[in-house]
Amino acid sequence: MEASVATRTAPQILPGKVGVWWFLASEIMVFGGLISSYIVARLASSGWSAEAAHLSVPIASLNTLVLLTSSMTMVLAFGAVGRGDRRGVRTFLLCTILLGLTFLGIKAYEYSSELRAGFMPVTSPFWNFYYTMTGLHALHVLAGVITNLSLFVAARRGLRNAHRVELAGLYWHFVDVVWIFLFPLLYLT
Amino acid sequence: MAESAVAAGAGEVVHVHPEELGFWRTYVFSTDHKMIGKQYLFLGLFMAVVGGLLAYAIRWQLAFPDTEVPGWGFVGPEDYNALVTMHGTTMVFFVAMPILLGAFGNFLIPLMIGARDMAFPRLNRLSFWTLLGGSLVLLSSFFVPGGAASAGWTGYAPLSARPIYTGVNWGLNLWLLAHAIEFASFLMGGVNFLTTVMIMRAPGMTFFRLPILIWQLLTAAVVFLLSVGPLIAGAIMLLMDRIAGTSFFVPEGGGDPLLWQHLFWFFGHPEVYVVLLPAVGLAAEALPVFCRKPLFGYRWIIYSTLTTAILSFIVWAHHMFVSGMDPRLAMPFSFTTILISVPFAIMVFAMIATLWGGSIRFTTPMLFAVGFLSMFIVGGLTGIFNGSAPANIHVHATYFVVGHFHYTLLSGVLFGGLAGIYFWFPKMFGRMLNETLGKIHFWLTLITFNATFFPMHLLGLGGMMRRIANPMQYEFLQPLQPLNVFITVSAIGLLLAQLPFLINLVWSLAAGRPAEANPWEAATLEWSAPSPPPHGNWGEAIPVVYRGPYEYSPPEVAQDWLPQDRALAARPG
Repeated sequence: MEASVATRTAPQILPGKVGVWWFLASEIMVFGGLISSYIVARLASSGWSAEAAHLSVPIASLNTLVLLTSSMTMVLAFGAVGRGDRRGVRTFLLCTILLGLTFLGIKAYEYSSELRAGFMPVTSPFWNFYYTMTGLHALHVLAGVITNLSLFVAARRGLRNAHRVELAGLYWHFVDVVWIFLFPLLYLT
Repeated sequence: MAESAVAAGAGEVVHVHPEELGFWRTYVFSTDHKMIGKQYLFLGLFMAVVGGLLAYAIRWQLAFPDTEVPGWGFVGPEDYNALVTMHGTTMVFFVAMPILLGAFGNFLIPLMIGARDMAFPRLNRLSFWTLLGGSLVLLSSFFVPGGAASAGWTGYAPLSARPIYTGVNWGLNLWLLAHAIEFASFLMGGVNFLTTVMIMRAPGMTFFRLPILIWQLLTAAVVFLLSVGPLIAGAIMLLMDRIAGTSFFVPEGGGDPLLWQHLFWFFGHPEVYVVLLPAVGLAAEALPVFCRKPLFGYRWIIYSTLTTAILSFIVWAHHMFVSGMDPRLAMPFSFTTILISVPFAIMVFAMIATLWGGSIRFTTPMLFAVGFLSMFIVGGLTGIFNGSAPANIHVHATYFVVGHFHYTLLSGVLFGGLAGIYFWFPKMFGRMLNETLGKIHFWLTLITFNATFFPMHLLGLGGMMRRIANPMQYEFLQPLQPLNVFITVSAIGLLLAQLPFLINLVWSLAAGRPAEANPWEAATLEWSAPSPPPHGNWGEAIPVVYRGPYEYSPPEVAQDWLPQDRALAARPG
């Protein structure tokens, strides 16, 4: 069988981008497992709404706004990479970092007020899930903040590895989307 | 005419590292996929020795309960639980995966697709070192107060959810930590495999010209990436239960122990295919080479692989027919489980059909490949008993199941993995393994393997439970005890049968006959590189691919194989 020679079929795509997408696919399954467990456990038992009512919707709404805004500044940082605007990259990365830290700060305040009110991680299945799910999410936010911080520092010396801003952005948006699922599931139902 | 197009396609400027790297960068902190593959291989083999010794102590205790195990010491019931737990965990996560995925995946993916290295060489190095760390954590758990984890390799809750239930505190926490590290390692590895095959293929290497092994490794990587998440979530919850005192899986606190089983098996069953598919791939690579015939049904094997991957996500509850889950679920899960045997049967039939009419060369790798095929069929057939709920209820958690999964998984790792080692050893180390020792190894392994695991089916049908430390405590099992003694003697034989292999390995590494580039006259791309391939795998130019991977006995050429990278002039006339 004499076959003709195909030229390289693979498009010129950033290896890191393919890698990050596959990584995110596995992350979706981690949160997917946790969220499905929560939904199944919640449907199987009663009384969880009453406990969820102790959570503060205004604080969480504010936090949602903070995280969504941080996704916007991340996109602006990526846009600045495209323009080769080093100053813009650093400014918007800094905004994203600060907004991420704000999110974590508000979350910490929320945790401490819930703990003071006597709702411990061991109190009931709802609080088991609440602390585990939001805690795992907060760890992801922290990881994103550290990633962005390293990019912020690296951008001081130029934009040689600026394509990483796009990769970090993919991850940051993913963390944001996870919160979009957690917020209604935990606070609003 | 094809030639000129080739030259243009291959006219890629390459950067081959000329500089000599020092000892540490070459052998220890290497980013070369070949060295990392070998590191995985030796780590896997070392852990296999550990797991094998655990099996020895387990078998001795079952044959001669509560007597001192020679060279080991006394094994009580608690120790016995730790032994079976650690044997399962070691063999599945630290032997099967490092050898089948880590060693062969890393060594062969770039060589088979025509790349100079993996897409992320440094991530590759990190995944190996992460796995090494995980192995050390697992091994260290033997030495902490309270001993190693003893809740079974499945870590069923609530037994695993509270330290007081097993009496093991840190052992089980470290066991969970070792899993977490292992998962992180293979997640990085899987991302690397997928990215490499997606974007690093040589010119002309289309997806349907990839060797079957690459398809199997890719599918295994996807299955692993998409199935391990829920278990990671479950492991986080279990760790919270153990350390923070939550009760996700503890009924007193409102939790549900069955949730753990669902999360575990949602990963645990696909994991079976993560291990099996590469083993099938290894055998499928060896068969056409030693039959001098194209692989039968190349595309059908690929489609079957993908079907298996999809179905593997919806069979998990067949592990749970007697767990107390809603019995209405038994029917659909029986159905999907029996359904998944169809694509696997297609693969097996395709491999048998490859043998048909071939001019077979009975080399050691061929023997192991055929050995895998035949042993795996036994495991597949007993799987049908386990998969259908009515039969499962009878044999559930008996030695029938132990026999079944050793015929599937151990046949994959032992026969499939050894077929791979005997086949690619010349490429890996530039020397041939000794054929005579190899054949002795094969026949001893085949006989002792069957003598060890076949009687387990009879024990299981006789009612012997799979997790008991002392069968003599049960009157109805006492008449079966001679069978237990026979299995133990055979199992020790199986362990000893690996000595010719270890001797062969060490001797051939040092003084084996030097291998030429293509000692088996195989057509896939890795045989076009020197043995062992240098850093960067090929010299100046990356090979260009013209055809599929299994062109044996083609009518166009005088020799009976046509390498993937050989251009043919346009057909005359």
